[in-house]
Amino acid sequence: MRSAFRGEFIGQGEAGDKHMIRIEARPQPSAVMAYATPVLAVVLTMIFGGVLFAALGKAPLQAIATIFWEPIFGEFAFFYRPQLLIKGAPLVLIAIGLALGFRAGIWNIGAEGQYIVGAICGAGAGLAFYPAESVLIFPLMVLAGALGGWAWAMIPAVLKVKFGTNEILVSLMLVYVAEQLLASMSLGLLKNPEGFGFPGSRNLQQYPSAHNAEIIAGTGMHWGVVAALIAVIFAYVLLTRHRLGFAIRVTGEAPRAAKFGGVNPGRLVLFCLGVSGLLAGLAGMFEVAGPSGQISIDFNVGYGFTAIIVAFLGRLNPLGIVAAGLLMALTYIGGDIAQSQLGLPAAAIQVFQGMLLFFLLALDLLTNYRVRFGAAEVA
Amino acid sequence: MTPLLSLNGLTKAYPGVVANNDVSLSIAPGEIHALLGENGAGKSTLVKMIYGLVKPDAGQMQMNGGDFAPADPRAARAAGVGMVFQHFSLFDALSVAENIALGMETPPPMRTLAARIREVSETYGLPLSPDKVVGDLSAGERQRVEIIRCLLQDPKLLIMDEPTSVLTPQEVDILFETLRKLSVEGTAILYISHKLEEIRALCDAATILRGGKVVGTCVPRDTSAREMAEMMVGSTLATPKAAAHDAGEVLLSVTGLSAASPSAFGMSLRDISFDVRAGEVLGIGGVAGNGQDELLAVLSGELPCGVGMVQFKGRDLAKNGPEARRGLGVLAAPEERLGHAAAPNMSLTENAMLTGAAREGLVRRGMLNWAKTRDFAERIISGFDVRTPGPENAARSLSGGNLQKFVIGREVLQRPEVLVVNQPTWGVDAAAAAAIRQALLDLAADGSAVVAISQDLDELMEISDRFAALNEGRLSEPRATSGLDVEQIGLMLGGAHAMEVAHV
Repeated sequence: MRSAFRGEFIGQGEAGDKHMIRIEARPQPSAVMAYATPVLAVVLTMIFGGVLFAALGKAPLQAIATIFWEPIFGEFAFFYRPQLLIKGAPLVLIAIGLALGFRAGIWNIGAEGQYIVGAICGAGAGLAFYPAESVLIFPLMVLAGALGGWAWAMIPAVLKVKFGTNEILVSLMLVYVAEQLLASMSLGLLKNPEGFGFPGSRNLQQYPSAHNAEIIAGTGMHWGVVAALIAVIFAYVLLTRHRLGFAIRVTGEAPRAAKFGGVNPGRLVLFCLGVSGLLAGLAGMFEVAGPSGQISIDFNVGYGFTAIIVAFLGRLNPLGIVAAGLLMALTYIGGDIAQSQLGLPAAAIQVFQGMLLFFLLALDLLTNYRVRFGAAEVA
Repeated sequence: MTPLLSLNGLTKAYPGVVANNDVSLSIAPGEIHALLGENGAGKSTLVKMIYGLVKPDAGQMQMNGGDFAPADPRAARAAGVGMVFQHFSLFDALSVAENIALGMETPPPMRTLAARIREVSETYGLPLSPDKVVGDLSAGERQRVEIIRCLLQDPKLLIMDEPTSVLTPQEVDILFETLRKLSVEGTAILYISHKLEEIRALCDAATILRGGKVVGTCVPRDTSAREMAEMMVGSTLATPKAAAHDAGEVLLSVTGLSAASPSAFGMSLRDISFDVRAGEVLGIGGVAGNGQDELLAVLSGELPCGVGMVQFKGRDLAKNGPEARRGLGVLAAPEERLGHAAAPNMSLTENAMLTGAAREGLVRRGMLNWAKTRDFAERIISGFDVRTPGPENAARSLSGGNLQKFVIGREVLQRPEVLVVNQPTWGVDAAAAAAIRQALLDLAADGSAVVAISQDLDELMEISDRFAALNEGRLSEPRATSGLDVEQIGLMLGGAHAMEVAHV
């Protein structure tokens, strides 16, 4: 119904609606709304989340305060604050890569799989040298992790370019393949020979050359955080100042115009999926070498999927993604606290996080459309 | 005689603009009444009010002496108003009869409907088979589907919005026959068009709108096209003038070009050959859907073609994409402004970057120079009189004519050696169209080769040195424009290649 309001007719645009609420296209996307909607989405999530918690028999204000306040300003904040970086860094790192693709309409849904493969490759590269010590081992692991994630993402990319397959399906299916690979690795090739038969690899935290230790103790600041910051700056410059970023944006806005402008769609698919796989692989590698420490069957905790929410919550904008990543990390940590202190079920926390994305996507409408109330005039 | 429809002081305001201000007119039964005006003059709003899509703020309408205030198009149709839109709303994959049934509130059984379609199409001289799939029909035939859809409701007033913009001259003749027949039977017709000669040939009366107000009425037969145009624009018109020039070396040469269309309902190109020289405008006429989009895509580099088929100064372009061709000096402006020539949600500055990057030096080592791009966008805006608050505005916020001026200006300012344009003035008002044509002529006068693909024959006759017709993916032999008459052009467009045979 968009253009029926302006200038000429499009088809038989019979806007015969006489409802009390009408939705009208804006001539220009609203800049105010682009910034206001994420805030509004957070507020609405708090309100409806509170209702949900109340329905579960918990004090809503207390639950919300536990999730949002406790981790930063509570009694044990000294413990939780570093967690913010530890949980936020992989989310931001992955979301940055995803956002590049999403801006171009290239949908990598399988970051979780690329994250797992990056972790396996990174850990494998380090463990191959065990117990030798060298400053070269850690950089080599970074390289291996990045390549692993990249290679895993290249599968849907090449299939899409060569055969026109749907990258959403292929990348998603490969997550389950990666999970099986992870199980096989923790029970087989990478299993700790001194682990008394328990599944899982050696703990990299106890292998100094391979350990992704905190750069400043007690802050949660590890190399993954540094990588995330570099990725944010890289993506920001790419999108605003580089022609490749421009190609990404035009392709997302108007694919035919992009092609007319000279963008090669196939190459863009390879680039976007490649970069997002590479960053997801890095995130997996930094996680396995640091906070997690070892390859195990339940190594992945869903960062790759949550990063999709982070990317959209951050409006696919690198700076927004930093804020969204930290916010999401906060709900994770606060959610854990709420689980242990208030006895909230884990599913309720997940619903709460899901609501955030739901409200954000729904409110997105306000950027391009304006809602009018009151008696309708047929126009 | 009481008028069939009379409008009294109709006023309709939108935020920031008065679309119709105190508009009055009346139409007698059987009268063919022209509604003339530039884009944005308020024609669309006026007919939307008659068709029940928009409610007037003030003023009354009367039909057959009784009050007429349709709440929605259904009410308008029930009162006997039918409308044929400029853009068709038909489903390509369905048959003619199925398409018509979809638009009816209580469709009769398919067999009865098919019989009625045949009956109406024979009565009014609109050849059309109800079983044909719409995807296989020409634009003219599609329009007949829409007209028959209206006629089945037995309208007293038929509104036609720019009906001839997609027709060949022969198809226009058929349409006019039909309209005259309807008029004799007492059906009034409200006819919206830019094409003044047609209005002079067809209409009994004309109402001219400018800025939402009625600025004049006339009897088209007794008024010259120029006088009507000047009433529409409100000033004297500058006719584009070609400076005398000699054709130079061959810049673009197309030889035996065949290419499959990327879309299922597109038209593949078959064995097309032509040369364009420096300083020359080659006009390519033809009804849309006969390979125009595909030809532009091959020349711009979007659609790949075989080795040796397209050459620039003797250099093969098969391996060069749009970007590389721009670097060499081969530029293009596609028909579809929003989504193809420009990205709707992006600013004019960003859209200036879209094609200006290489030739305007807006990129250095991959980094974009936005300050310089903004300057380029501002040069386009001032050089081509693009009405917009500034280059940071989104392309979709511009009117069609203004965006078209921007799109053409963007390419012209890059000093192309070869410029290919498709429908350069489609949906653009008279003053803007004249400015665009002048820009193309100036470009040729400066030594560029211009290929203008257009459905507007008057336009092609005005600007081209040579003319060729594109029909079903084949191109006729280009011929010098001077010395061609409408009859010959019509035959070229209709695909009767007898003329070529006679020529050989």
